Amino acid sequence: MMAIKMKKGSPITDKIFKYVAIGAATYVLVIIIMIVVNLTTGSAQVWQQEGISFLTGSDWNSVEGRESYGAAPYIMGTLVNAGIAMAISIPLSFGIAMFLSELAPKLLRTPLAMVIELLAAVPSVVYGLWGLLVFRTYIQNWIEVPLHNLFGDQSIIFAGTPFGLDILTASIILAIMIVPTIASISKEIMLAVPNSQREAAYMLGATKWEVFRIAVLPYSKSGLIGATILGLGRAVGETMAVTMLIGNATGAAAFPSSLFGPGQTLASIMANEFAEASQGGLHLAALVGIGLILFLMAFAINVVAHLLVAKVVKSHEGAVLA
Amino acid sequence: MMETMTKIPLKDNSTEDVKYKLIAENISASYDGIIAVKNVSMKFRDRAVTALIGPSGCGKTTFLRCLNRMHELTKNATLTGRVLLDGEDLYSNKVDPIINRRKIGMVFQKPNPFPTMSIYDNVACGLKLNGVKDKKIIDEVVEGCLKMASLWDEVKEKLKNPGMSLSGGQQQRLCIARALAIQPEVLLMDEPASALDPIATQKIEEMIQELKKEYTIIIVTHNMQQATRVSDYTGFMYLGDLVEFGETKQIFENPRNEITAKYVQGQFG
Ligand SMILES: Nc1ncnc2c1ncn2[C@@H]1O[C@H](COP(=O)(O)OP(=O)(O)O)[C@@H](O)[C@H]1O
Ligand SMILES: [Mg+2]
Repeated sequence: MMAIKMKKGSPITDKIFKYVAIGAATYVLVIIIMIVVNLTTGSAQVWQQEGISFLTGSDWNSVEGRESYGAAPYIMGTLVNAGIAMAISIPLSFGIAMFLSELAPKLLRTPLAMVIELLAAVPSVVYGLWGLLVFRTYIQNWIEVPLHNLFGDQSIIFAGTPFGLDILTASIILAIMIVPTIASISKEIMLAVPNSQREAAYMLGATKWEVFRIAVLPYSKSGLIGATILGLGRAVGETMAVTMLIGNATGAAAFPSSLFGPGQTLASIMANEFAEASQGGLHLAALVGIGLILFLMAFAINVVAHLLVAKVVKSHEGAVLA
Repeated sequence: MMETMTKIPLKDNSTEDVKYKLIAENISASYDGIIAVKNVSMKFRDRAVTALIGPSGCGKTTFLRCLNRMHELTKNATLTGRVLLDGEDLYSNKVDPIINRRKIGMVFQKPNPFPTMSIYDNVACGLKLNGVKDKKIIDEVVEGCLKMASLWDEVKEKLKNPGMSLSGGQQQRLCIARALAIQPEVLLMDEPASALDPIATQKIEEMIQELKKEYTIIIVTHNMQQATRVSDYTGFMYLGDLVEFGETKQIFENPRNEITAKYVQGQFG
């Protein structure tokens, strides 16, 4: 056999490749460390002053001499706002994903998926403005006023004269904003279920819904949970539209009670007040502290989501190996 | 080549007492307008094994999937012709495709157990799906089907383990047990042993001999030895046509068509 001369890999390109890759990866670490360090040092003052009551307290007073800060109403506000948004968007998103992956004819699937991607690309401030100028009156007239008239002030959650700038409106707009995210990821996850699984169910005499229930859903369950949590991450951190619509209460008044009352989230109070806070003061430290809490919440949510998505990818591989 | 292919008319030496469980009449099937099966007619005897052989891409799988209305689930797939199960047309408007698929079980080329379900649940899920709730009956059927699929001895201690924990050959037998659990009348098998090692293949072949006593079996295979070992009748397909159909012995020892002869002698494929 003829001896063939082959090129050896060049050690220089290999080195360049290695350092470029390491450099790029380091960048990510540096940024995250910088954020954590800056948020921690920037808020040190408020932690020293307030201690644990920065997390549990509800006072919010920036008048000099009487300064006092507690983040509890905004933590609650964030959870309630995101919770309502999730309750609305999960069934809607899964419904859309189910339709696209299981029922829609191919001709409809692609354009519809594109529209959903488009909705995901609409900037937050546009949703906020639309909510403020248009959608808010729909919610006020068609949802809030009837509910208020029906249940009135006897119930806590429908109490107060509906004005449209409140927790409900902010939550609904938030739901509208996260549906595209959850729906398009869920659709991809459902489409990734191999057809052989669906056929196995059909072979047992399953209807379309049963095929979904016994073949598609169990196979994609953890992926769908991951998609939901990614949506939750977005809901928790979403700022602009929420700030424009939630009514922006402060202090104890911001504790969420009625759906028709104004509220405040961690993100919205930062957006509302950072311009007024003076450099080096306790007010700014409190806002940075709020940022730290929000960062940790979003971080935890993302870690959980990625763990779940990694798990679903692994189980897919297992099925392919079979 | 197409011109030289003389079509052997299906020899129907049936007397009154011969029973055909399943009859396919003039089945043509296509994907995106491209024809994959051309006007194929075939009759399948009850309690007999019929093998479908032919080079890959000749339409064996497609034809098989027409027999239990699985073909229509493929996007842009179309089909003409009739399939009679006990004389009743599966494709008539009056018939519910869901009931049909229940009567005609299918085992796929690649084992496809439900990955999140246990061994037990994989077999039981068809029963539960069809409304059987009695735990005692389900237990009995699961055991019976696993025995028929000759898997029982290997898994009886670990029925709660995931179905995916089994080897490829065991998974395929699990899928056979799953198909048997809903008491089908016909069993379609699409190259059930193509992904398996020789020992697992032998197990499946022995099992087919057992199952034949109760079921009408149609098996696609590209392994000619396998066809001679397991089947009573054989159909040879080529480029979407059914070229020749007859008793397995005749097809392999005394083929009437020259393409069949070349194929069974291993000259192409
Ligand atoms: N899902 C599909 N979409 C489009 N074409 C297909 C599909 N499945 C099979 N075909 C085509 O139909 C023909 C017959 O395929 P198949 O029935 O799988 O053959 P076999 O099982 O004999 O190998 C082939 O030309 C194949 O490319
Ligand atoms: Mg095939």
